[in-house]
Amino acid sequence: MTDQTLNQPERGFIVACQRDLKLAMRSRGETLQALVFFVIVVSLFPIAIGPEAVILKRVAPGVMWVCALLAVLLTLPRLFQQDYADGTLDQLALSRYPLPFIVGGKMMAHWLTTGFPLALLAPAIGLQYGLEARELVVLSAGLLLGTPVLTMLGAMGAALTLGVRGGAMLMALLVLPLYIPVLIFGTGAVESTMAGLDAAANLYLLAALNLFGIVSTPFAVAAATKISLD
Amino acid sequence: MSFTTLALSAKVITLKRGERDLFVDLSFSVNAGEVLVLRGANGVGKTSLLRVIAGLTVPDSGKLELNDAILKPLSELSRNHIHYVGHANQLKDDLTAEENLADALAVDAVATSIETRLDALNQVGLLKQRHVLGKRLSQGQKRRIGIAILLLNQKPIWLLDEPTNALDDAAVTLMCSVVDSHLARGGLCVIATHLSLALHKPTRELLMRELMAAR
Repeated sequence: MTDQTLNQPERGFIVACQRDLKLAMRSRGETLQALVFFVIVVSLFPIAIGPEAVILKRVAPGVMWVCALLAVLLTLPRLFQQDYADGTLDQLALSRYPLPFIVGGKMMAHWLTTGFPLALLAPAIGLQYGLEARELVVLSAGLLLGTPVLTMLGAMGAALTLGVRGGAMLMALLVLPLYIPVLIFGTGAVESTMAGLDAAANLYLLAALNLFGIVSTPFAVAAATKISLD
Repeated sequence: MSFTTLALSAKVITLKRGERDLFVDLSFSVNAGEVLVLRGANGVGKTSLLRVIAGLTVPDSGKLELNDAILKPLSELSRNHIHYVGHANQLKDDLTAEENLADALAVDAVATSIETRLDALNQVGLLKQRHVLGKRLSQGQKRRIGIAILLLNQKPIWLLDEPTNALDDAAVTLMCSVVDSHLARGGLCVIATHLSLALHKPTRELLMRELMAAR
């Protein structure tokens, strides 16, 4: 019965994803925090800047993207910290499934509980900034394509800073510069729509980053995890 | 079920931690059906040695071999053979006893039915507590789930770090019988412990203080 499952190393992806989704459901409050954080911070800007429609619309893409980025950043410690503390990360590393598949599953679960709901939520909050329907769709599409990259790059930082004192701050310093390309293409997509241009180029670039992340980051994260366990 | 004949050996392993040599040129071998007990005062490196064997820590020099094949850290060969139970309970606070058992086995590619798992929980005396969340279980009960995982796990090499911690007498006896039956089917164990375990098989001991003298 065991050998059958072992012939499918990719099952490790599914098993790890299911496991983390179940854990996320058990601590729903914690999972929702990032979304609430996103909603609140995005809503603070119109209050601080004032109700001037032209200015609000001008800053909207940047504000939304930076807030999404920070919301994801806040959730990154959750990815490995708890597993590291309770010893289950040892178990995952010693699993018969290859570690890249397992961390891949964990990243998938992380995105499904942060980036994905965030991308769905963004258009509703974007209304505060007077964005039009087409712009809201592009914003949402950009977030759908871009937030997986935020998770994948962030997972590398989270794995590298495991067990380091003040690791959360160090992780932010490591990860934020890597987020710049996503930020540029994500905001670029919305801005080009506002200017009446096609957003496709920017969205394609986000999709390319996404694919590059999918094939490369699981190996990098697995390697980083091994270093942290040493 | 029994395992194919296995022999695990360590060849001149050296591990440094910062400036300090934790152990130098350490060699030993364990054969199928044998248990090696690591002894020594706190801080001599028993846990570190177990983590080296598990492949979680990479030694500064030396190598591990399994039946003359080199056992690279966390390689497929290593992951297919070694089960490591560390200091931490390796359990999730937010999952129930039964879910913890199911997950621990699932992430290790061991397919089990609910009946098998309940039977294992019954053997470790946790059948009534199967729906209790990990955070509500006592330390001893958490260790008992670890025993249930051992019962169902199918790897031949067990590395146990202070397995009797927090266990009552009945559970220690249970632990010993689980190890005994594992050895009887051709498995092998490396155990770090301060207690003398009442195992049927004669145990070989490795006193780790002596290693420090080799510096």
